[in-house]
Amino acid sequence: MSAQLLLVQSLNGLQFGVLLFLVAAGLTLVFGVMDFINLAHGVQYMLGAYLGATFAAWAGGFWWGLLLALPTTLAIGLALEWLVFRHLYDRDHLSQVLATFGVILVLNQGVRAIWGTAPLQMPLPEALSGGIALMPGLLYPVYRLAILAAGVLLAGLLWFLVEHTRTGALVRAGASNAPMVAALGVDIRRLFTVVFAFGAMLAGFAGVMAAPILSVEPGMGDSLLILAFVVIVIGGIGSVRGALMSALLVGLIETLGKSLMPDLMRLFLDPSAARQAGAALASMLVYIAMAAILAVRPQGLFPARAG
Amino acid sequence: MERASAALREASPALLLLGLLAAAPFLGFGQGYTMTLLARAMILAMAAVSLSVLVGGAGLVSLGHAAPLGVGAYAVVALDAAGVTEGLVVLPGAAAAAALFALATGAVAIRTSGVHFIMITLAFGQMAFFTAGSLTAYGGDDGYTLYGRTELFGTRLLEDRLGFHWVCLGLLAAVLLLCRLLLASRFGRVLRASRENPLRVRAVGFEPYPFRLLAYALMGAVAGLAGALLANATEFVAPSYMAWQRSGDLLFMAILGGLGSLPGAVAGALAIVLLEEWLSELTEHWRLIFGPLLILSVLFLRGGLAGLPAQLGGLLRRG
Repeated sequence: MSAQLLLVQSLNGLQFGVLLFLVAAGLTLVFGVMDFINLAHGVQYMLGAYLGATFAAWAGGFWWGLLLALPTTLAIGLALEWLVFRHLYDRDHLSQVLATFGVILVLNQGVRAIWGTAPLQMPLPEALSGGIALMPGLLYPVYRLAILAAGVLLAGLLWFLVEHTRTGALVRAGASNAPMVAALGVDIRRLFTVVFAFGAMLAGFAGVMAAPILSVEPGMGDSLLILAFVVIVIGGIGSVRGALMSALLVGLIETLGKSLMPDLMRLFLDPSAARQAGAALASMLVYIAMAAILAVRPQGLFPARAG
Repeated sequence: MERASAALREASPALLLLGLLAAAPFLGFGQGYTMTLLARAMILAMAAVSLSVLVGGAGLVSLGHAAPLGVGAYAVVALDAAGVTEGLVVLPGAAAAAALFALATGAVAIRTSGVHFIMITLAFGQMAFFTAGSLTAYGGDDGYTLYGRTELFGTRLLEDRLGFHWVCLGLLAAVLLLCRLLLASRFGRVLRASRENPLRVRAVGFEPYPFRLLAYALMGAVAGLAGALLANATEFVAPSYMAWQRSGDLLFMAILGGLGSLPGAVAGALAIVLLEEWLSELTEHWRLIFGPLLILSVLFLRGGLAGLPAQLGGLLRRG
């Protein structure tokens, strides 16, 4: 394990963490304000990737793909909210889980029916293709750095919106005590629609950004969604700051674990056993970390809700 | 006498379902393919019943119940790879392995409640899924083919379609009875009470945590048993046994029949397995029909299938 590889893997981990954050942010805000658990949030990420790739191929180029995919994912998110989700706000979590699970089944299958099961390709934007020398002899793709930068920028924007605007103050208040906010005369449903739309677009944006470097395929949102759940459980439900911290943590653990664990195991075991034990352990690592953190702090690292 | 007839009335939906399943091979459902389908439905019904005890009885909404099912299936694989195929070892072994898995993950998950619990059980299920995929000794992502079914007392009873049918039916009946007795016992009353109001349960001197954890482990064992049977039914085990979609399916089965109703979970499992089969014959994209049906049943069928007559009656009276 050289320092170079470690640096590259850490950057990959942070970049994965940023994507996770973009998905988890919407999820945690939606849950915080409306007490609504939306399994179908990962679908927004998948749709972002598919629409981005399709529009890019159709209109010629990455930027058009991004520009057209964002409003489309937003519109689909709002349509879903209107059709299904808003009938579930007053129901228990069990009904919410099942109904949004149904939405996932439909959309994953719909994507299969429209685009087929073969993965799609999305072109890199020309300005961001190529690599940059981080160290002598170490070329890192510019695009991956751009994802990192965009994620950090968006996290900053989100922080500003949540901490320093009036809507943000309402969102924070809603996350800590929604009935009280409603009693003070705030239309919590409208506030929620704004939060929901914003979250859907963030997830769609993450999907478009991920499309050129990950394979665009049906069900790609599901595994990311489950990791996003881990992120918001660790970070504390309803907390944007917690989501950012734990998304970066989970991204690093996931990526570094996959590349380091087999080597680490080789210190104790023979090579083939080390490879297997390392791979098995690496896939468990995030969940072990989650269990450890919850054993100490059952409410997560930065709980938004007092008491 | 009166008590006996009340008990009979209460047990009648379960007895009716079991009776229909017992009669099915003689009512024209005896062909190989239908029998396979029925066995699959009965096996998933066991898992759905155990989940129904957790969700309806203890208020523990697990979205990772496919994991103990898969652990049971992989126990069959591990024993098969080690040359052990005797059912008297394999089936209890599978149940014990699944119970241990449920105990370990439950010890963390049950410390939380509500939506945290849903997400954490989902996460542990996903952990089991990826771990199974990295077990190259058992085929990794490609899965593991069993070249023979589990033996029973050294005989090949499970190879025979009708024999397997009876074994599944007998175990399903046993699971139903045990879960019924469990819920009716003092243990079950503490579980239900702590679902309703944990604070008051603590106030009268019970700590809900060990009760919930034990229930979680026991129902994990039932799911593990179902997993071992499912491995035998398909003679193939893959990580997809633990895919989180299966956990969602199991939850749907447990709810569809009516929340907390054990025979309802059996009816739900039967209905869903048969519906999936029928829809997938109609079109390759059957989930486009299945998904909306799921959403609609959650939105409108609040009491599950068991509440359907009452709901229809209400509609008729009103309108």
